[in-house]
Amino acid sequence: MSQQTNGPVRGDLPVTGDTIIFRCQLNGVETEIEVDPAERLLDTLRYRLSLTGTKEGCAEGECGACTVLMDGLPVNSCLILSFQAADRQIDTVESLDEAVLAPFLEGGATQCGACTPGVVITANWLLENRDLLDTHRIRELMAGNLCRCTGYDGIVDSIEAALKADGAGGSA
Amino acid sequence: MAKLTGRELYVDDIPSADHLWGATVRSPSARGRITGVDFGSGVDWSEFVVVTAEDIPGRNAVFLMEYDQPALADGYVRHIHEAVLLLAHPSRETARRAAKLVTVHVETESPVLDFCAEPSTEDIQYGPDNVFKRILIEKDDVEAALAAAPIVVEGEYFTGSQEHVYLETQGMRAHVDGDVVVIQGSMQCPYYVLKALKPMLARDESEIRIIQTPTGGGFGGKEEYPSMIAGHAALLALKSGRPVKLIYDRWEDMAATTKRHPSRVRHRTGVDEQGRLLAQDIEVVLDGGAYLTLSPVVLSRAVIHAAGPYACDAVRIDGRAMLTNAVPFGAFRGFGAPQAFFGLERHMDVVAERLGMDPVEFRRINLIRDGQQTATGQTIKDGVDRLEVLDSALRSSDWTARRAEFDRQNADDPLIKRGLGLAMVHHGAGFTGNGELMLQSVVHVAGTQEGGVEVRTASVEMGQGMTTIFTQLAADRLGLDADSVAIAQPDTHRVPNSGPSVASRTSMVVGFLVEQACDDLRRQLGLADDVRGSAVTEAIKAWYSDSSSADLIGESTYEQPHHIDWDEETYLGDAYGAYAWAAYVAEVEVDLRTYGTRVTNFVAVQEIGRVLNETLARGQIQGGVAQGISWALLEDFRWQDGAMQNCQLTNYIIPTSDDLPPIQVEFLETPYPFGAQGSKGIGELPMDGPGPAIANALAHALGIPATAIPITPERLMGELDSIAALEAS
Repeated sequence: MSQQTNGPVRGDLPVTGDTIIFRCQLNGVETEIEVDPAERLLDTLRYRLSLTGTKEGCAEGECGACTVLMDGLPVNSCLILSFQAADRQIDTVESLDEAVLAPFLEGGATQCGACTPGVVITANWLLENRDLLDTHRIRELMAGNLCRCTGYDGIVDSIEAALKADGAGGSA
Repeated sequence: MAKLTGRELYVDDIPSADHLWGATVRSPSARGRITGVDFGSGVDWSEFVVVTAEDIPGRNAVFLMEYDQPALADGYVRHIHEAVLLLAHPSRETARRAAKLVTVHVETESPVLDFCAEPSTEDIQYGPDNVFKRILIEKDDVEAALAAAPIVVEGEYFTGSQEHVYLETQGMRAHVDGDVVVIQGSMQCPYYVLKALKPMLARDESEIRIIQTPTGGGFGGKEEYPSMIAGHAALLALKSGRPVKLIYDRWEDMAATTKRHPSRVRHRTGVDEQGRLLAQDIEVVLDGGAYLTLSPVVLSRAVIHAAGPYACDAVRIDGRAMLTNAVPFGAFRGFGAPQAFFGLERHMDVVAERLGMDPVEFRRINLIRDGQQTATGQTIKDGVDRLEVLDSALRSSDWTARRAEFDRQNADDPLIKRGLGLAMVHHGAGFTGNGELMLQSVVHVAGTQEGGVEVRTASVEMGQGMTTIFTQLAADRLGLDADSVAIAQPDTHRVPNSGPSVASRTSMVVGFLVEQACDDLRRQLGLADDVRGSAVTEAIKAWYSDSSSADLIGESTYEQPHHIDWDEETYLGDAYGAYAWAAYVAEVEVDLRTYGTRVTNFVAVQEIGRVLNETLARGQIQGGVAQGISWALLEDFRWQDGAMQNCQLTNYIIPTSDDLPPIQVEFLETPYPFGAQGSKGIGELPMDGPGPAIANALAHALGIPATAIPITPERLMGELDSIAALEAS
C-alpha cells in the first residue's frame, strides 16, 4: 500500500486572507490598491490591475517572462512581493511606445510572444543604458530572458539594429 | 505588434469575471489499483467543486488514435502524475493548495521502466507484448548483403527525452453557453480537441466549440495534451455551471505533459573499401510511456528517416514503440526523426573512421542522387542539387581548414579542445504516406463586405508565422494589399477542418489550399484566373451590394498529387510528397577543467523549395537549431519511477542568449510544384541535424564515442575517464 500525502501540484503561493494597501507609481500613474500581504507583484499586476502583458513563465526567477522595471532596473516580478514594491516606480510592458518596438518586429525578435514582454523590457532598459555595452555584451545582458523560439539571433539582431538606428555601436 | 506591446491575450489573459480556478489531483504511483481517496483537513471542502471519473457524461477517454488513455483514472493508474480527480475553487491559491491535501491510495504493482528490456508476463499492459506499434521496412535481402560486405560496422546510440518548455504553459478556459460547451485555450490542433471531447462529453460538434487563443509556443507539446486539459476544464465547467480556468504552472506542465520519446537506435552497416553503402540494418526502439498518444506515428516518421538521405540497395529498418509506466511521450518537433538521425549520422562518422575515410567524402559518395531510391523505395526526382547543399555548408564553415587547424591546436593545448562535426539530413513535410489524403483538409477564403477576404483555416499561430504567411499568400494570389486580408481565429464553429498545425505542413499543404481557395473565390465571382487587384475588390463589393446574395466563400479540398503512391501495408512507396534537405556543421570547444562544451559556430544550409518570408524562415531554422543544440548538450532528466524529478527551469536547463553562438542560415531553393509558391515544410528540419553534428564535433575534438545525448559535463567526464582507464590498462 503506497501512500503519499502531497500531490504533485506545486503552486506554493501563500495567501494570508488579509489585505494591505499597496501604493506605487505604476507606468507613470499614482496607483493605490488592496493586496494580500503575501501576494506577488506579478499577480497584483495581472489579476488585480489587468496588466496581463507581464507573463508568468516559471515562477522562480529563471525565465524573465515577468520582467518589469522597478525604479528603472529590470526585476522578476514573480520574486517580488507587492509590498516590497511599495512607493517604488514600476514600469511594465504596457508603458512602452510602439515606435521604440518597431526594430523588434522587423528583426524577428518575437515568434510566439510569450517571452516577448520581458525581452522588450530588458532590451529597452539596455537601449536606455548604453554605457553598459562598454563592459558587457548584448548576449550577456539579455541572458536573464529565456526564449524557446528564436535561438536569440532575432533578438540580438533587433537590438543591434536599434542601436545602429541611433548611431551608437554595440557588440553581441 | 500586439505581442510586443503585451496586448496579445493568451488564455490566462482573457478578461474573465466570476470564474473558478481548476486544479488536478494526480497519482503518486507509477502503476497500481486505486484503493481510496482521502480529502485532508485544512480547507473547507464545501467550497469546492470536485469532479471524478463518475462525472464524465460520455466515454472516459482522451481519444486521438485509440480510447486507451482515460481522462481521469478510474480505479487504476499507469503512471505517476496521471490525473485522478479535479477540483475547482474561486481562489487559484486555495485550489492548488487543496489539491495537495488530497491523498490517493494506490495498491502498487511493479512498474515497467526499461523500454529496451523484454517484458515479463506481469509487465504486459498493452496487447500481447507491450508493443504499441511495430513497423518493418525491407528493401532487398539485407542479411545476404551484410554477409557479402567486406566490412560491417555496428553501433548503438541513445537519445534522452526533451521537454518542450514553450514559454506559455498549457492552459484552458471552459464555459457553458446555452447548449454549447465553449473551450478557449493554447493548442495546435482545435479539431483534435473537438475529436477528443465529442465522445468524452457525449455531445456532437454543434454542442462543443473549440477556440484557439494565441499560443505561446507549441513545438508538438500542444498537439495531444490540450485535449486532456480541455476535457478537464469542460468537466469542471459542466459540474459547477461556472467558467473554469485550468492553467498549469511550470512545475505541473513539466511533470504531467508529454515529452520527446527516448530512443535506442542500433546500426549494422555493410560497406566496401571504397566507402559505398552496401547494407543498412537498423533497429529503432522508442519509449512510448504509459499510453499510446501518437507513438505509432512518431515511430513511423523515425523509421522512414532512419536510413537517411543516402542510397543503399539493401535496407532493413525494424522499429517498435514500447509501453512503459513513464509519463506518456508524445509529439515533439521532428517527431522521431531527430532520434533516428542522431543514430544514423553519428554512425556515419564511426563507419568513415573505420574505413579510414574522410566523413565528408563518405557521405558524398552515398548521398542520394536524382533517380535513386530511398529506404522505402521512393524514387527521388526533385532536381535538388544535394551536393551543393553539402558543399555550401563546407564552404561557410571553412570545413577543411578549420578541421586541420583544430587538429594542430588540440595536439598543443592540454585544456581546450576544439572540434568540427557534420550531419546531413532530410525531412519529409506533411503527413506521412496517405495521411494527407485521409485528413481531407478544407480551406475557406471568404469575401468581406469591404471587398477584402478572410482566410478561414484551423491552422494556428503559435509563433511560427502562419498569420503572416497566409496573409502574404492570399494577398499575392488575389493581388490585394495585406490590409485587405484577415486571418480568422481558429474556431470550430467558424473555420473548416484544415487539419492540425503539425508535421511542417502549414505553409506547404494548407498554404497551397489557401491559394486554391482564392482561385475558387475568383471563379465564383465569374473572373478569369489572371484577374487581380482592384477588379477582385470591386467584384467582391458588387457581390455583397445585392443583399440577397449568400456569403461568398471560396473553398478548396486537399487532393493528393498524382506522383504520390504509398502502400501502408508494406511501408513502401512515396512516404512524403517532398523532402527538405540540409547539411549542418557544428563547431565546439571543450574546456577540460570544467568539461563544459560550448558551440562556438553553427552553419545550417538547407534546400526548402522556396523561402516565403526570409525573416520567418530564418527564425524557424535558428530556433530549431537552438533546440537541437540544447537537446544535445543541456537537457538532462532525473527520472524516478517514470516521472521527471527536475520539473523546474532551475534544474532543467535550456540555453540563454549567452550560451548560444550566432546561427548562420543559408537557403537553397528548388520550387516544389505542390507547395504554396513552391515551398516545402521547414518547421521540424532544423531539429534533426544539431544532435549528431555536435556529437561528431565532440568525437573529433576528444576521440570519445559520443553515442548518447545529452552530452552533459558529467557524461563527458565519464567518457573521458573510461578512455583514460582503458589506455592505462
